[in-house]
Amino acid sequence: MNTIKQNFVAEPERFEFTAAPIHKFDLARREFFKLLGSGIAIFVVAKDAFAMQETPAGSRSFHNEELPKEISSWLHVGEDGVVTGFTGKAEVGQNIRTSISQTIADELRVPFESVRVVMADTTLTPFDAGTFGSRSTPTMTPQFRRVAEAARDLLIGVAAKEWNVPPEGLVAGDAKVTDPAAKRSLSYAELARGKALAQNLPAEDPVTPATEWKVAGTPLPKVDGRAFVTGGHQYSSDIHLEGMLYGKVLRPPSFGATLSSYDDSAAKAMNGVTVLRDGDFVGVTAPSVHEAQKARDAIRTQWKEVPQVSSKEIFSYLKKNAEPSSNERFRHQKGSVEDGLASAAHRLETTHNVAYIAHAPLEPRAAVAQWTDGQLVVWTGTQRPFANRDELASLFHIPENRVRVIVPDTGAAYGGKHTSDAALEAARLAKAAGKPVKVVWTREEEFTWAYFRPAGLIEVKSGISKEGKLTAWEFHNYHSGMSGIETPYDVANQHTEYHQVPLVLRSGSYRGLAATANHFARESHMDALAHVAQMDPFEFRMKNLSDARVRAVLEAAAKSFGWPRKKTQTGQGFGLACGFEKGGYVATCAEVAVNRASGDVHVVRVVEAFECGAIVNPDGLRNQVIGAVIQGLGGALFEAVEFENGRIRNPHFSAYRVPRFRDVPEVEAVLLDRKDIPSAGAGETPIMAIAPAVGNALFDATDIRLNNLPMVPNGLRAAGTKLSS
Amino acid sequence: MAKSLEIEVNGKRYAVSYAPDTPLLYVLHDELGLTGTKYGCGEGQCGACTVLIGGAPRRSCQISVSAAATKPVTTVEGLEKDGKLHPVQQAFLEAGAFQCAFCTSGMVMSSVGLLQANANPKREDLVQFLQGNICRCGTHPRIIKAVQRAAKMMQERAR
Repeated sequence: MNTIKQNFVAEPERFEFTAAPIHKFDLARREFFKLLGSGIAIFVVAKDAFAMQETPAGSRSFHNEELPKEISSWLHVGEDGVVTGFTGKAEVGQNIRTSISQTIADELRVPFESVRVVMADTTLTPFDAGTFGSRSTPTMTPQFRRVAEAARDLLIGVAAKEWNVPPEGLVAGDAKVTDPAAKRSLSYAELARGKALAQNLPAEDPVTPATEWKVAGTPLPKVDGRAFVTGGHQYSSDIHLEGMLYGKVLRPPSFGATLSSYDDSAAKAMNGVTVLRDGDFVGVTAPSVHEAQKARDAIRTQWKEVPQVSSKEIFSYLKKNAEPSSNERFRHQKGSVEDGLASAAHRLETTHNVAYIAHAPLEPRAAVAQWTDGQLVVWTGTQRPFANRDELASLFHIPENRVRVIVPDTGAAYGGKHTSDAALEAARLAKAAGKPVKVVWTREEEFTWAYFRPAGLIEVKSGISKEGKLTAWEFHNYHSGMSGIETPYDVANQHTEYHQVPLVLRSGSYRGLAATANHFARESHMDALAHVAQMDPFEFRMKNLSDARVRAVLEAAAKSFGWPRKKTQTGQGFGLACGFEKGGYVATCAEVAVNRASGDVHVVRVVEAFECGAIVNPDGLRNQVIGAVIQGLGGALFEAVEFENGRIRNPHFSAYRVPRFRDVPEVEAVLLDRKDIPSAGAGETPIMAIAPAVGNALFDATDIRLNNLPMVPNGLRAAGTKLSS
Repeated sequence: MAKSLEIEVNGKRYAVSYAPDTPLLYVLHDELGLTGTKYGCGEGQCGACTVLIGGAPRRSCQISVSAAATKPVTTVEGLEKDGKLHPVQQAFLEAGAFQCAFCTSGMVMSSVGLLQANANPKREDLVQFLQGNICRCGTHPRIIKAVQRAAKMMQERAR
């Protein structure tokens, strides 16, 4: 049980999720202090977890040896004054380690430098469903604020007892408790000395309003920055253990292929090589990667392949194979679209294809596995350490408490590292070899055997009045998902529906999920409607929009961009798009330059306004927002996974184009800090408006409407030709 | 395995036991434990494995250890001098020019190589030179800013 499972329903497009059991944390209190040393510890228990416990909340203050089962975060103040926070969330470049440290420092009133955060270690940290859905900031920062506040109260209580005075007159600050009347103080370190005090408390809303934050809300640099610029930080792929071997897995030539003949004699004859065959799983270990590769390549095999859908026919396949929708959750209806269309002065229908794309995190999947006396420890870059632990436990038929999964800060994920692939492979090979084994996927493996952002087909039908007000809105998404599917615009008659299609390629979460596809279709369509209504795209949106937060970001982006802009050169175009998702509000304006002779497209300038409530770290947020814009340009302009006969045809960076320096525009992030609204996450939503903004700018530049993602994989000339044929 | 090959890395000589046709990257990362040099693609397309060979930036996944052994190699671990960061490292740190930071070693090494050849690069030179280094987190604008800042720091130091 945890707050995420209580409040968070996973979107249907998170295909990679399997139903996970409810896990219990079973580290005993004695062990906890043994691990951390004496001090003061505070545990936050989910509100509803309290209600479900047999004994009343007040009586559960550690009279038994066991920690409560449903803990969501905790904190320890050590004898050395070091404050340690514990969370099951993983650091994958989104900089949550820094924001959590700031939050703890802020609420506990200690220097930022004295805080460290232990993350994503299934033995040391509380259960967590995973680092996804932009949930780390909204769930973890209030919890750590609450836990730090309780620690502060506890420390004041200890000091009051020490001095034999009432706690009301004491003040906590600068890592000490002060008695202003008697002009004396004791540091937190002194107060924690020799103690093994623990207290747990229900999670409640944060107490210190954002207007009073001192450390949080400031642009502090990324924690451990020095380790990253010196190459000192150890990612999973950098972990080295004594006697460790390197593993390589034999992959089938195509998806779904099965082994029909097999000869590993040449591989087995190689020095130091172990070969493991277990059904269709074949892997080797050797003293070096190079030798493991050679051994793997020396295995002779024949495979039975099965026919597969190719990328050329994927969109008609999706439409044809949609499952009849029975789930009410997938459908939203209001008024009558038919009536709305009948009363419209103008009607418009558009169809949008969205290609499969790959996450391509620069650190591929990697894991190091070590077995000691039937206990398994795995270091791996994953967003779901506890799911990895459970899959490992179930694969080897051992209890979960004999598996420990540790996630070193990881070389990015973008929603692409929810599965346990590398961990399972390394653990399997380590068991066979009787030594620790490291498995690092090659780029080709990552592009082929990881999962993709699903392809999608989107159909939009709408009507507007003579005055440019929406009268009808019908929106169907096939396969890609329902994140961001609801229109933020005011329209009395609407029908929105998500249609499930059986998987073609292994698919799953990607930064923003289907919000990018749905915003691309909706905002491109809205732009086309503005054109039909002969209205300025900004004015047209504002006329149909009453959501104050979307209006605010749209106005802020337009203002910084200088909308409406006058064209000063041929091939120049301007476009905008907006929306909201996961508590984040975004509006993006783009300027493009099109070379009419070559068809080359260049995005010159982007202004993105973003609002996600109270900002915890403006510098980290700026990095995420600008980063999302640049990453989003890839899927907008040229990224697409091509496949045929069960093979990925472009599984290399030389064939799969991602944004590089030359593709990068001048990007300005306008951050709206709403201190009156609880902080939401920001890892995803900033990515979803860039594609339509650029598409709308391309239309403005050329009068060519590009309705598919990617828009210009081979330049605008090729896209234009295709459109007219 | 016989230790037949020697290589100089960061001013230190190492005996190499890996096969001579092994890409330099694996010798640095796995055998010598210099894990700052990263595998990102294995085809010289992402720049994460960039090191200096004889002072010039090279993709260590694309050169065998035997070919690399003829000249001194510098990895990201060799940039710090007496506990002081190289200006490029310092500038990356100050500019916050990383997110997941897996590309950072390669970005730093490419930039050091660039600034050795061209002490005063224009923005377009940087874009051109770093085109072969991939950052998936989209930190490019800060990286450009960091290298520009580093160029200034190095010019001031040289004065």
